[in-house]
Amino acid sequence: MTQFNLTRRSMLAGAAIAGAIGPLVQASFARANEEVAPITTPTDLSALKRVKVDLVKPPFVHAHTQKADGPPKIVEFTMTIQEKKMVIDDQGTELHAMTFDGSVPGPMMVVHQDDYVELTLINPETNELQHNIDFHSATGALGGGALTIVNPGEKAVLRFKATKAGVFVYHCAPPGMVPWHVTSGMNGAIMVLPREGLTDGHGKELVYDKIYYVGEQDFYVPRDEAGNFKKYDSVGESYADTLEVMRTLTPTHIVFNGAVGALTGENAMTAAVGEKVLIVHSQANRDTRPHLIGGHGDYVWATGKFRNPPDLDQETWFIPGGTAGAAFYTFEQPGIYAYVNHNLIEAFELGAAAHFKVTGDWNDDLMTAIVSPTGS
Amino acid sequence: MSAAASKTAFSLFQTALPLALISALGIGIAHQAGFFAAAPSTAALYQPQTVVIPPRTFQYRTDGEYVRGVNPIDAPKSTVTRTDALTIMKYQVTLSEYDACVMEGACAPAARPSTSDTNLPVTGVNYDDAQAYARWLSEKTGEYWTLPSDQDLAFAAGKSFPDDASGLDPDNKNPALKWIADYEREAASRSKRNPAPQPIGSFGENEFGLADFGGNVWEWTSTCHRRVNLYDNGTQKGVETICGVNVAVGPHRSPTSSFIRDPRGGGCSVGTPPDNLGFRLVKSAAWYAPVLQMIRAKGLAG
Repeated sequence: MTQFNLTRRSMLAGAAIAGAIGPLVQASFARANEEVAPITTPTDLSALKRVKVDLVKPPFVHAHTQKADGPPKIVEFTMTIQEKKMVIDDQGTELHAMTFDGSVPGPMMVVHQDDYVELTLINPETNELQHNIDFHSATGALGGGALTIVNPGEKAVLRFKATKAGVFVYHCAPPGMVPWHVTSGMNGAIMVLPREGLTDGHGKELVYDKIYYVGEQDFYVPRDEAGNFKKYDSVGESYADTLEVMRTLTPTHIVFNGAVGALTGENAMTAAVGEKVLIVHSQANRDTRPHLIGGHGDYVWATGKFRNPPDLDQETWFIPGGTAGAAFYTFEQPGIYAYVNHNLIEAFELGAAAHFKVTGDWNDDLMTAIVSPTGS
Repeated sequence: MSAAASKTAFSLFQTALPLALISALGIGIAHQAGFFAAAPSTAALYQPQTVVIPPRTFQYRTDGEYVRGVNPIDAPKSTVTRTDALTIMKYQVTLSEYDACVMEGACAPAARPSTSDTNLPVTGVNYDDAQAYARWLSEKTGEYWTLPSDQDLAFAAGKSFPDDASGLDPDNKNPALKWIADYEREAASRSKRNPAPQPIGSFGENEFGLADFGGNVWEWTSTCHRRVNLYDNGTQKGVETICGVNVAVGPHRSPTSSFIRDPRGGGCSVGTPPDNLGFRLVKSAAWYAPVLQMIRAKGLAG
């Protein structure tokens, strides 16, 4: 018969083993029984300065500083949702558009990194549909979509911290109807500038003289048997037919600033030779590839996030659907430029083209006609 | 038989026979040339309203691209005297008139959204469509109808004919100035217009009673686009005529490829394309018009 020898050594060993196992056992019991008490401490932002910004219609952008002019602040914006009929081409084709503040795209907001955006979203009683807003620059709650579902007659106020620098899409995303609202015009962009302003990633500051916001929009307008675009009395009546066209993935119109030719003629964007222009381009649903005919993108953030050094000397850049990009260019020659989605069918047949009118002196060194076209 | 008598006698047969043969030949040629073709009995149904532009002298800035050295310049303005009156359609050819040609299979359907309002000018027609209609109308009326030339339209339109001059210094070496001037001028006029076709008469009449010229329909002409190259001192170096591109005139001139029906889609990449393409015709009042009609009908020309 063996006898378990209870020596001091064995007692010490047993205590050590018990000591090692003990916490493990206790921890597993603790995990099984413990209830995690949610701790949400409201952030105290009472010390922060508040600034109210009035938004302007695209392609223009509200006044802002490029370098942050102080510590992070709370920037207040208000947007009112307007459901309205819009004419989107020269033939009088109508669309029941859903818009932020009455424009397609919605207005562009500008803040600095680590600022807080406080948006009041109003859905007036006169609207028919439920709406909300998803900021690609925010995190949590579906970009804010889960916290801003407003029925007609309601309003909501959302505050989020702009933690990432870049240009971002925002769009409406109501449960069950997300693509319909986005392709009815309900999207826009927000720019979160680095607090020290834009740089080329190697210490060189990029200060723009002018900024334009080009919102590209794909529309899906149903046609009748004769091939003419249909008109509907209400937005709800257009839904079923529009959904069928959407499911073909083939838009009937792809426009800048809400209509074919909206940024041409008397509404062409302007610049001067030597001016530095930042062109922000968003496409909330579909890929695009902007190109400035006659120019370049000197510094391009094709996917729009400023912590990445920009690509240099771009001819055309690719913006995936659901993204905003930014291109910085100093004009070198005067004349008329076309700024297009370089799928040229989409540009010239479906409407994805804008014009720049640039004044200044011609630089013969950069380009000259040696022999004008001549037959002899 | 005295020799004197036979020498001096006027031989009726020897004079009359050649005369008769020549007359018969002449009548035969004239018949073949269409001079005796009676107007079809239904001609009156197809007669469009016309105005007659009386002869006058006027200032005319010619069409065409003028390039001096390597710099584009404005086309020159000259004084033109037209001594013959011009008979031109009062209105642009309408949808109902054009549809009659389509229904008989002589014209291709216009490329425009279908509408029940046939009192609109026909739009969505290219140069070849306009030619086909002119041929068909000529058959129907027994008259010779053609597209007007650019100068014909200037003659008829009078004050409503556009002056495309940019007014820039011809010595200027900055090509962008003309591009911008043309762009701004065309954009300014476009912003005032409703691009949808309007019922005929909507744009008013000019001093000669010509209706709707310079509205929102650019009218095809028979004039081919020209590029005129000048030496630096202004003398002409050469002219290239580019048929296949025809001058269309409305609120401004737009040389357009002859096969284009919808100028919006097939227009320039920058600049303002025409809102609509349509046309009106002129009727030849020349005595030899039936010959021209016969030549065209037989496919020998035009």
